[in-house]
Amino acid sequence: MVKSMKDKIRIASGQGFFGDLLNAPYDQVTKGPVDYVVMDFLSEVTMSILQKQKQRNPRFGYARDIVTILKEILPICIEKNIKVITNAGGVNPHACAEAISEIAKKQGLNGFRIGVVIGDDILHNIDYFIKRGVDFKNTETGEEFSGVKDKITSANIYFGAFSIVDALSKGAQIVITGRTTDTGLTLAPMIYEFGWKEDDWDKLASGIIAGHIMECGGQATGGNFSADWKSVPNLAEIGFPITEAYPDGTVVITKHENTGGLVSLHTIKEQLLYEMGDPATYITPEVIADFTTIRLEDDGPNRVGMTGVKGRPRTDTYKVSMSYSDGYTAAGSLTYTWPDALEKAQAADKILRKRLENLGLHFEEIRSEFVGVNACHGHLVTIPDHVNEVVLRFGVRSKEFKSVERFGKEIAPLILTGPPSVTGFANGRPRPSEVIAFWPALMPKDVVKPTITIEQL
Amino acid sequence: MKIRLIDIAHARSGDKGDTANIGLIARDEKHYPILKKYVTADKVKLFFGEMVEGDVERFELPNLGALNFLLYGALGGGGTKSLMTDAQGKTFAAALLRMEIEIEETV
Repeated sequence: MVKSMKDKIRIASGQGFFGDLLNAPYDQVTKGPVDYVVMDFLSEVTMSILQKQKQRNPRFGYARDIVTILKEILPICIEKNIKVITNAGGVNPHACAEAISEIAKKQGLNGFRIGVVIGDDILHNIDYFIKRGVDFKNTETGEEFSGVKDKITSANIYFGAFSIVDALSKGAQIVITGRTTDTGLTLAPMIYEFGWKEDDWDKLASGIIAGHIMECGGQATGGNFSADWKSVPNLAEIGFPITEAYPDGTVVITKHENTGGLVSLHTIKEQLLYEMGDPATYITPEVIADFTTIRLEDDGPNRVGMTGVKGRPRTDTYKVSMSYSDGYTAAGSLTYTWPDALEKAQAADKILRKRLENLGLHFEEIRSEFVGVNACHGHLVTIPDHVNEVVLRFGVRSKEFKSVERFGKEIAPLILTGPPSVTGFANGRPRPSEVIAFWPALMPKDVVKPTITIEQL
Repeated sequence: MKIRLIDIAHARSGDKGDTANIGLIARDEKHYPILKKYVTADKVKLFFGEMVEGDVERFELPNLGALNFLLYGALGGGGTKSLMTDAQGKTFAAALLRMEIEIEETV
C-alpha cells in the first residue's frame, strides 16, 4: 500500500515534563484539529527515579501520568485517528504499553496498534559494550569510566526520531518509547508523513527546532514569559503549542483558538533560547541544527512562522546518560516576622551552624538563604532597611546519611531555643534525600540498534 | 546615558548540570547592536561575581536579536546536588535584567 503524502500536519504538544498540566492533552485533542499528540516526560533525574521504582516493582518504571491521560483521551484519539507519541515508557516501555492495552480493553477500544521502542536502557549491558570497545569516558571531565562503573544505577542512550518513524510505518497509532529525545518526538511525524530522507539535513533541523519549541509545553505559549507577563491573556486556560508542519520544512507555531496564553515572536524567541548551549551546533541523534539560521515571522494572531533553518550531518555517536548515588542532602526552613525579622533569621543561622559544629557532623556544604530578601539574586540585591517577614532556608549535603539525618533534628528546636516570633515548621523534620550524580558519555551508533515491537489490539 | 537591561531586553534562563544559560533578547531588534556592544561575556562575569565560579561564554544570534550566555559553575553543583533554592537557574534571567549599562547611544 502506498501512503499518500499529506501537504500539512498538525502536531500538538501534550506534556512538557513529568508533572505537567494533566488536562493539556485533553484540550489539545478536543479544542481543534490535530493529527498527532506528542508528550515528553523524561529528564535525567526522572530516569533515575523510574529505575528505582522498577527495582522495587518490575511492573513500574514508566511515567504513570500517561495512564491518567490516556484514560481520558484514548477513545477520542481512536475516533479522530489522532496518533500519540510519547517517551512515557521511561525504563519500562513494555509495562507502559501493557497498562495502555488494559485501558483500551476496559473501554472496549480495538482495531489499532501500539508500537514500543526499546534498546535505550543499557544498565545491564554495560560490560557487553565495554567488550565491544566503548570506553564511556565522561564527556565533560574526560574522567575514566572505571571509577564509577560499579555505582551506576541507570544508563540510557538517547535515541532519536527514526525508530519512532519505523513504528509509525508499521501502523502504530500509539508509540511508546524509553529515552527518546524530546525533540525527536515532534520530528518523527514529519519524517513519516512527508517522506523526508535521512540526509535531508535542513528539513530534519527544522523539525528538531520545532521540537525544541514544543518540548516544554506552555513555556512556548506565554508561560514563564519575561517580556511582558501581564499582557498574556488567560493563563488559567493556557493552550499548549501546536506545530503546523509543511513538507518543505517550514513550520508555523500556533495554539488552538479559544484557549489562553500567547504565541508571539517574543514567546517563541524565549523558548528557542531555553537550555541552549552553542546555538550553531545543537547536536541531536538525527542532525546538527543551527539556531543562528532561523527566520521567524509574524503570521497573524497567535501564529509564528519559521523558515530558513540549516542543518549539518549528524555525528556518529549517541549520547548516553548514566546516574549514580553520590551522597545526601536535606533542607529545612523557618519563618521570622517583624520586628527585626532579618536579624533574627541571621542570628538563628549562626546558632544552627554553631550547634552542627559542636555535634561534630561532617558536611561537604552548608548553605543558608534568606527567602524574601535575596535567596535567588544574592549580592545583586540591595538589602532593604525593613523586612516584614523572612524565611530562613538552611540546607546541608554530605556523603554520610547519618550527618544529614541528624541535621534534620536540629531545625525544630530553634523554635523554643532561638530568636522569637518564629513559625512555619509544620511539615516535620527535613528528611535526607539522595544526591543523584550524572555521568555523560558517548557511544558509537553502529554498536546498538533500537528494537521495535508492534502489538495489535 | 544609563539604562537597565530590563528596559530594552527580555530573557529566559535554564540549566545544564552545573551550568546556567541565559538567553537575552532585544525587545526591539533595533536594540540588538547595543546588547552586542555592551553586554559582553566579561561584563556578565563581573556582574554575577561570586555567583559564578567558572567562566562566562557568549554566543550571538543576530537572526533573533539575541545573545546566549553560558555561566559555568553557577548552580552549586546543579541537579539534585545543589542546595540552592534556584538549583535550575530559573531566575538568573531576571537577575541579568537588573544590570545597568552606560551607553553612548540614545534609546
